[in-house]
Amino acid sequence: MNIGHNAAPAREQLTAQYRTMILIRRFEEQAARFVNEQKMPGSTHTCIGQEAIAAGICGALQPGDQVLTTHRPHGHFIAMGVDLKAMTAELMLKQTGINRGRCGSMHLVDPDHGVLGANGVVGGGVPLAVGAAYAAQVRGSGQVIVAFFGDGASSQGGCHEAMNLASLWKLPVIFVCENNGYAEMTPSTSHISVSNIALRAPGYGMAGAHVDGNDVLAVSQAAAEAVRRARAGEGPTLIDCETLRMRGHFEGDPERYRPEGQKSEWLARDPIARLAGVLAERFAVAADELDAIDREATAAVAEAARLADADPAATGRDILDFVYAGEAA
Amino acid sequence: MKELKFWQAINEAMHEEFARDDSVTLSGIDAGMPGGAFSASRGLLERFGPLRVRDTPISEAAIAGLGVGAAMNGLRPIVEIMFMDFLSLALEQLAGQGAKQHFMSAGKLRVPLTVRTMCAAGRNAGPQHAGSLESWVAHIPGLKVVWPSTPGDAKGLLKAAIRDDNPVVVIESLSLWTAKGPVGGEDDIIEIGKSEVKRAGRDVTLVCVGSMVQRALAAADALSAEGIEVEVLDLRTVSPLDKDGILASVARTHRLVIAHDAAKPFGFGAEVAAIVAEEALGELDAPIRRVTAPWAPLGTAPAQELAYYPDTDGIAAAVRSLLA
Repeated sequence: MNIGHNAAPAREQLTAQYRTMILIRRFEEQAARFVNEQKMPGSTHTCIGQEAIAAGICGALQPGDQVLTTHRPHGHFIAMGVDLKAMTAELMLKQTGINRGRCGSMHLVDPDHGVLGANGVVGGGVPLAVGAAYAAQVRGSGQVIVAFFGDGASSQGGCHEAMNLASLWKLPVIFVCENNGYAEMTPSTSHISVSNIALRAPGYGMAGAHVDGNDVLAVSQAAAEAVRRARAGEGPTLIDCETLRMRGHFEGDPERYRPEGQKSEWLARDPIARLAGVLAERFAVAADELDAIDREATAAVAEAARLADADPAATGRDILDFVYAGEAA
Repeated sequence: MKELKFWQAINEAMHEEFARDDSVTLSGIDAGMPGGAFSASRGLLERFGPLRVRDTPISEAAIAGLGVGAAMNGLRPIVEIMFMDFLSLALEQLAGQGAKQHFMSAGKLRVPLTVRTMCAAGRNAGPQHAGSLESWVAHIPGLKVVWPSTPGDAKGLLKAAIRDDNPVVVIESLSLWTAKGPVGGEDDIIEIGKSEVKRAGRDVTLVCVGSMVQRALAAADALSAEGIEVEVLDLRTVSPLDKDGILASVARTHRLVIAHDAAKPFGFGAEVAAIVAEEALGELDAPIRRVTAPWAPLGTAPAQELAYYPDTDGIAAAVRSLLA
């Protein structure tokens, strides 16, 4: 989507992004509820408040492009078009889950929809993204690869190594930092030496952009330019998307570290409400239409859960399958 | 059969596999323009170009991640971790990421990655350059680990690793670097996971791998003069271990010695001994013996290396002790 100086963002494209974002929001609300009800065991991290980044970045990609994501991955999977029912089943650790219940929330992987994995290791996917981008360069596939990571991951050595290498080789990769204010429970000011990660881009010799991560138009614009640059062989871009995680590090986190009033301040910057405002004011989208999109999303996540809930739980019978490729278990 | 030096066998294997399959690449520190820190990749850059043969920064985590990620997106990469001591810097990407992708994706992803790495034991390379650290990578389900002992095995096992759809760590011994021996042709692949009897014998099975095989064969020669016939079983693959090959040999000899340069506790010798104890205790006519390095880092001085690594005399003494 080109929403640069010369082109207005198309109503259809923004509406599609609204649909993605509201779907993520409703999915995450349901996931939070299911974790609380112990229907989704294991470690679950929701991305409420960060939906514009998934929608803006993934919305700029083409079929065949790939993303690697984090322990907070649901939004990226949804924005890449994952089958909601299969993902819900995976989070519920069902046999019918995308990964047969071996991954759950934090390790989800869905190559059929271009997602080469969530990651249980903070920063673990960033070097992999550089590898996938190298393969794209060697094969001449034209693919663009996105590495989502957080402000916490930005301090991992592997991320620095990967960014240097990607810039050196002009690889078609986009590093997207979801700078959500916290590395687990530690505020950014206590763990990173710069106010935003994009300030490090010149140090790697690559393009950088610092955007309001709660403004899907700003994210989309930065994404479009980064995608253009990657496909043109001009190398990687490091985008810092400033946002706030509106829930705890994990579902169940008592959030004792939150300053008073922080969430209410950010509620005014809710990415979904802001996009609804843009659609209403600039494109005269009626409230009814937005409500209908919301109702569809709510129904879709509920239907996915209803179907997944009926599926059989993962068993211990297949734990020796797929340890090695090309071998019967 | 054509004879090559060990490093030339590695070089030839890569040249052949690069020519055979466009998706094979090589990345590593000094791997491209310098032709490899020890010449193993000589000529590859000139012949196959800078996209497929690339020098990397000194960034082992990124090198490993490069290999895993490229393998997940259609390449069949070779990456080089110059000394196996530096595997520690790459281990998260290999163990946490590469080894688990096929499993986590329930078979949708494959990681046909080859990691070439050097064991520099025996060359006074010191505490941070000459470790025998095969157990670091052998304990990771999803990885395979091979360690050739001859030029022919080096070529055949490296080709097998490159063609394998799983991540395979290939350990190359600097002490064998200029050893000469016969090598196979373009499609002579040595199967991963199978040991080879390098010398047949009726009295004692001597299990070893990689650079230990030469010392084991020398010990077997010396013992033969005393009338003791040792069966030298070269594992070739550290993981997955060739259980059947080990048990078959012990069934022939009824005695077992394991020799390796790694420290004794948690070394692969413990695993070999446990397999035999669990599955063939009744076959044994004597206790199992391990001949290994002690529980200490390695020193640099020649005398320190000599005191650290098992030698031919020590191996022979362990064998004799079972027949006394």
